[in-house]
Amino acid sequence: MQMPRPDAGLLANKAQIVARLREVLPRDAVIDDPAETRAYECDALSAYRCQPLAVILPRTTAEVSASLKLLHELGVPVVPRGAGTSLAGGSMPQADSVVLGLARMNGVLETDYDNRFIRVQAGRTNLSVTGAVESDGWFYAPDPSSQLACAISGNIAMNSGGAHCLKYGVTTNNLLGATMVTMQGEVLEIGGAYLDSAGLDLLGLICGSEGQLGVVTEATLKILPKPEGARPVLIGYSSNEIAGACVADIIRAGILPVAIEFMDRPCIRATEAFCHAGYPDCEALLIVECEGSKAEIDEQIGMIRQIAMRHDPVEFREAASADEAARIWLGRKSAFGAMGQINDYMCLDGTIPVNELPFVLRRIEELSQDYGLDVANVFHAGDGNMHPLILYNANEAGQQELCEQLGAEILKLCVEVGGCLTGEHGVGIEKRDLMSVQFAPADLEAQLRVKDVFDPKWLLNPAKVFPLGMTESRRVS
Amino acid sequence: MKVESEAQLAEAVREATGPLMVRGGGTRPVGRCVGEALEVAISGISLYEPGALTMVVGAGTPLAEVEAALAAEGQRLPFEPGQWGAVLGAPGQSTIGGVVAANVSGPRRVQAGACRDSLIGVRFVDGRGDVIKNGGRVMKNVTGYDLAKLMAGSWGTLGVLSEVAFKLLPAAPTQATVVVDLPAGAAQVALAAALGSPFDVSGAGWVPGVGAVVRVEGLAQSVQYRAEKLASLLAPFGETRIEQDGSGAIWANLRDLTPFVGKTGDLWRLSVKPSEAADIIARLGGEVMLDWGGGLIWVLLPEGSDARALAAPYSGHATLMRGVTAAVFEPEPAPVAALSAGLRAQFDPRGILNPGRML
Repeated sequence: MQMPRPDAGLLANKAQIVARLREVLPRDAVIDDPAETRAYECDALSAYRCQPLAVILPRTTAEVSASLKLLHELGVPVVPRGAGTSLAGGSMPQADSVVLGLARMNGVLETDYDNRFIRVQAGRTNLSVTGAVESDGWFYAPDPSSQLACAISGNIAMNSGGAHCLKYGVTTNNLLGATMVTMQGEVLEIGGAYLDSAGLDLLGLICGSEGQLGVVTEATLKILPKPEGARPVLIGYSSNEIAGACVADIIRAGILPVAIEFMDRPCIRATEAFCHAGYPDCEALLIVECEGSKAEIDEQIGMIRQIAMRHDPVEFREAASADEAARIWLGRKSAFGAMGQINDYMCLDGTIPVNELPFVLRRIEELSQDYGLDVANVFHAGDGNMHPLILYNANEAGQQELCEQLGAEILKLCVEVGGCLTGEHGVGIEKRDLMSVQFAPADLEAQLRVKDVFDPKWLLNPAKVFPLGMTESRRVS
Repeated sequence: MKVESEAQLAEAVREATGPLMVRGGGTRPVGRCVGEALEVAISGISLYEPGALTMVVGAGTPLAEVEAALAAEGQRLPFEPGQWGAVLGAPGQSTIGGVVAANVSGPRRVQAGACRDSLIGVRFVDGRGDVIKNGGRVMKNVTGYDLAKLMAGSWGTLGVLSEVAFKLLPAAPTQATVVVDLPAGAAQVALAAALGSPFDVSGAGWVPGVGAVVRVEGLAQSVQYRAEKLASLLAPFGETRIEQDGSGAIWANLRDLTPFVGKTGDLWRLSVKPSEAADIIARLGGEVMLDWGGGLIWVLLPEGSDARALAAPYSGHATLMRGVTAAVFEPEPAPVAALSAGLRAQFDPRGILNPGRML
């Protein structure tokens, strides 16, 4: 993975930069010992690593502001980092950068049920936001698979989704306000405990900007009352096409389940071997979850059963207890762990129009054979967000490159059928060079101009999102 | 000047020598409308996939045409946009591009999000005359910056929309409204109780002559069940009844501000922290309607009133929808205003797109 050539002047000035940071931050908030900064050399795209100049771990918005102001003055690139769970290399450092980690900013600032929001420091983990309100019957809806570990700041940077976003939307639909520090150190309040923006929708622009426009230190998040109950059903089919048709029919019937998850045979087999969830041995498996009171769920599942039966399922299993519900979800939730057990894998994240599902799955199978690498599919079928997992052996020479080539082919396929490169993981460094497949130069130029406004010196996470060739003149000027 | 294709639109913007007054159906004349009229008549549904819950449509397509096409498939726009032509004294055919440019969201905003939340893609012509695409036609997409959000609610000041794409929802077969006999000032606490319940409320407001209103939508049995649960939850706040047949009309009236049609005075729209609503409407005086659980206040005030001064202090923003004397949009804090100005300078360096709209 190509990264910009580090600025030799900055590398030579490391000691001075660190000393200046220690003037504006508490002693324990600046880490420069390579043995300690090693922990920050990569995120969850662990194939790529780079030691930064230093890591700072501020505790307050004021500390973030003071350090950014200083680093702006010194011309040092800054790589913001939430919990470091990015699968796209969104928080991978560059050698001449300072990593700004938000892990110590994890407090709850305000909980307000009357107005249905919680305000947190942005380094707080996703699941612990729900943890702060669930005993009172509330939850925070976006639920990325990494929700135990990932931070709200990273969720905002990548506009993260999750299994339940078919009904509840992704991060941007659940974010009410943000305290954001610009690269110049200015602290902005954008949005708040009210709806919509007074002028231009800067909040919508910041969410998903991959830490390139500012560092969000505090967030006001929408919380929702927990539904009375939820129940999944598991439906097995003898082909991907039939399962895809069933998904379309459920949606067309006017039912909106909170989640529709899809697993194909390679994925079903791997998870069975890993966690013995008791899934049927079939080509394609759907997990559909409905919410509400018992009677409401009965009504919805009754309709889903009728639709599913028309497509002659291998199996239709309805959870009759909390234990059975957990078993239905067990395999899906263990899928990534299961794949990791048997192989190295690369997780893709393209989205396609739902009706293209059968075609795309068939084409992926063909590509998989061409490249001689297995691909397992597990994804959010209701919204077309696919997660093909390409299995490879990182220790075998050339396999990683081959895997990346296949990944690029699959993502190009997603774009060709009318979809996009990434549905919820972000571009980071991983898909940077594919951006010109999806966007014309003018489309990208419009985005670069937005960064020019927020970060004219191009110091915030500068080597991400866009092809390096397109941003070079801005980064070096 | 009327343009019927994206190419014509781009040419019109490129060759413009002065300010352009960009308009769809002209039914939302908010702010100062100056310059040569540029009517976007790029019309037609280019893609509608009911099984994928998505639609792509020309920005100049009448809202009514979009809604009819969706209704024929038992689907709808999640955000329930209102028609303001009657109340703003600007009759005409509201267009889908105009709805996006104004980020118009109706009562279902509290459940299904705003117009901008359903907007999954845009094509537009910026102030340089360049055609720009952002987002696409799939529901989940984080590829690059989200300029679609930026375009929603920018009132044509950053670019002129040529095409918009939405995610859709199935239309609910049944609805019911729980009506609570309450004055406006006492409504918010009842609405908060409803919105804090697990009964999936899809509208929570206060309508003059009706009272506090809470809507549930969905399958018939479920609607019945939730309406009854809500009626008993809300009973401590005032006398309750469940409206079935008249439910749709209540929400159409709130959405389109029908009770205010034909009445004189300045019309203001305040988006605030809901729990502040009671104090704010007491300070404002005037005739009010409430939506979004009290978080959206529509108020008619005598001409020349400064609603911001009257309502203060409040968290949120006030917009003058009809009237001439005050700043139309809430003034922003200086650092935010500087970023907005910077964005305008990038997208419309000549300052020709709807220059008076968002002042």
